[in-house]
Amino acid sequence: MNIPAELKYTKSHEWVRLEADGTVSVGITHHAQDLLGDMVFVENPTVGRQLAQNEECAVVESVKAASDVYAPVAGEVVAANDAVESAPESLNKDPYGNWMFRLRPADPAQLDGLLDAAGYQALVESEAH
Amino acid sequence: MQTTPLNAKHRELNAKLVDFSGWEMPLHYGSQIEEHHAVRRDAGMFDVSHMLPVDLRGDGARAFLRRLLANDVAKLQTTGRALYSCMLHEGGGVIDDLIVYFMHEAWFRLVVNAGCADKDLAWIETQRVAMAAGVDILPRRDLAMIAIQGPKAAEKLWVAMPGTRALTEPLRPFTAVTVGDMFIARTGYTGEDGFEVMLPAKAAPFFWQALLEAGARPCGLGARDTLRLEAGMNLFGQDMDERVTPYESGLAWSVDLKDAARDFIGRDALLRLPRTGPSARRLVGLVLLDKGVLRAHQKVITAHGEGEITSGSFSPTLNTSIALARVPGEVSVGDEVQVVIRDKPMPARVVKHPFVRHGQALV
Repeated sequence: MNIPAELKYTKSHEWVRLEADGTVSVGITHHAQDLLGDMVFVENPTVGRQLAQNEECAVVESVKAASDVYAPVAGEVVAANDAVESAPESLNKDPYGNWMFRLRPADPAQLDGLLDAAGYQALVESEAH
Repeated sequence: MQTTPLNAKHRELNAKLVDFSGWEMPLHYGSQIEEHHAVRRDAGMFDVSHMLPVDLRGDGARAFLRRLLANDVAKLQTTGRALYSCMLHEGGGVIDDLIVYFMHEAWFRLVVNAGCADKDLAWIETQRVAMAAGVDILPRRDLAMIAIQGPKAAEKLWVAMPGTRALTEPLRPFTAVTVGDMFIARTGYTGEDGFEVMLPAKAAPFFWQALLEAGARPCGLGARDTLRLEAGMNLFGQDMDERVTPYESGLAWSVDLKDAARDFIGRDALLRLPRTGPSARRLVGLVLLDKGVLRAHQKVITAHGEGEITSGSFSPTLNTSIALARVPGEVSVGDEVQVVIRDKPMPARVVKHPFVRHGQALV
């Protein structure tokens, strides 16, 4: 299973990367795209939207099903990646190379509450049983 | 969960296996969309051994089927001819849809849906007793079934099993032939040329392997669903069931009322119903005009009242979302309707289906 050590994770299968400018990039994990199958539609939040932690803010749809994406931390949406909206399959091909949206965290301390790679690995394994 | 004779093959190929009507079946082998394209452009193969062949043996078979089925097996007069039909209950609702093959006067074969098999067998047996029909009902769980579909399906079959060529090359659509212990039909559920092959369970893994080596791509139920939806073919349990009639399911063409003396089950109920028009619901095709994905059970808002999507998905061939929907009878092809996706109304157009046939977009 592909779970990069340098990222943070949520229980709802988003990955989170803290960028040098203090914003965070958010995408879906390798495990999430594997469960969903071939992606065919992505809807990102609009830039400027204020999100609460765990708020539904984006949608990914595969041939099989629609799935909500949640805000890992509270904050303002500062960027949305149009490239994944126009090529949803990029989330299958390289889930960690293609972020969906960026947030400016309202409270950076919330990042500490996210799962690390080992914690996420344990979560995925527990869900498999 | 029940498994087919090809279960070990699916595992070797790293299939994603899912529960389908109590059967452990491959959903895909990596990419559902690539499997879909393989069938439209080249050739794919599907394990459909969960479907049940049922042989009807005995001189009473034809008379029995003329009562049991909404389509008329009187059309089947030459060996190997096949017919699509619904099997209805007295109220005109659909118990199952199936293909019936005529081999000779004392042998017809039905192929029924996996999820309906037990119910169908019980129903058929009840009718057999009620009619005192001179026919034996023989479920054939000893057979496996592999569908080879796509413009290159015939080539792959003939490479895998050269001995089948002479008898299958002349086969027209909706005809079948026996080749040794294989039953080979030029039928399918994809809108492409191809064959459905029934053969002894023990022989199935060898046949599958030979097809694989001939270049037929293994395809799962995921691709099977998007292919049949593009081909405008109904799925039992989704697009129709016991609560709706063939008229409300785009299947009026398969109900044969020509012989007024033929008293098939469900006939009286259908005769009381309007076949088309404002008081009847109808099944139509939809193409989404915006981004998003149509899904079963989404609400459809029309100028004539509400309807509901029965099957919806992304169409890999059209690169947009398509659906079948049951809507008020006044809705016509060309109308623009709204589909409610996550509380938002999205525009869609009513179109003629099938959407795709033989690799070509029709809408």
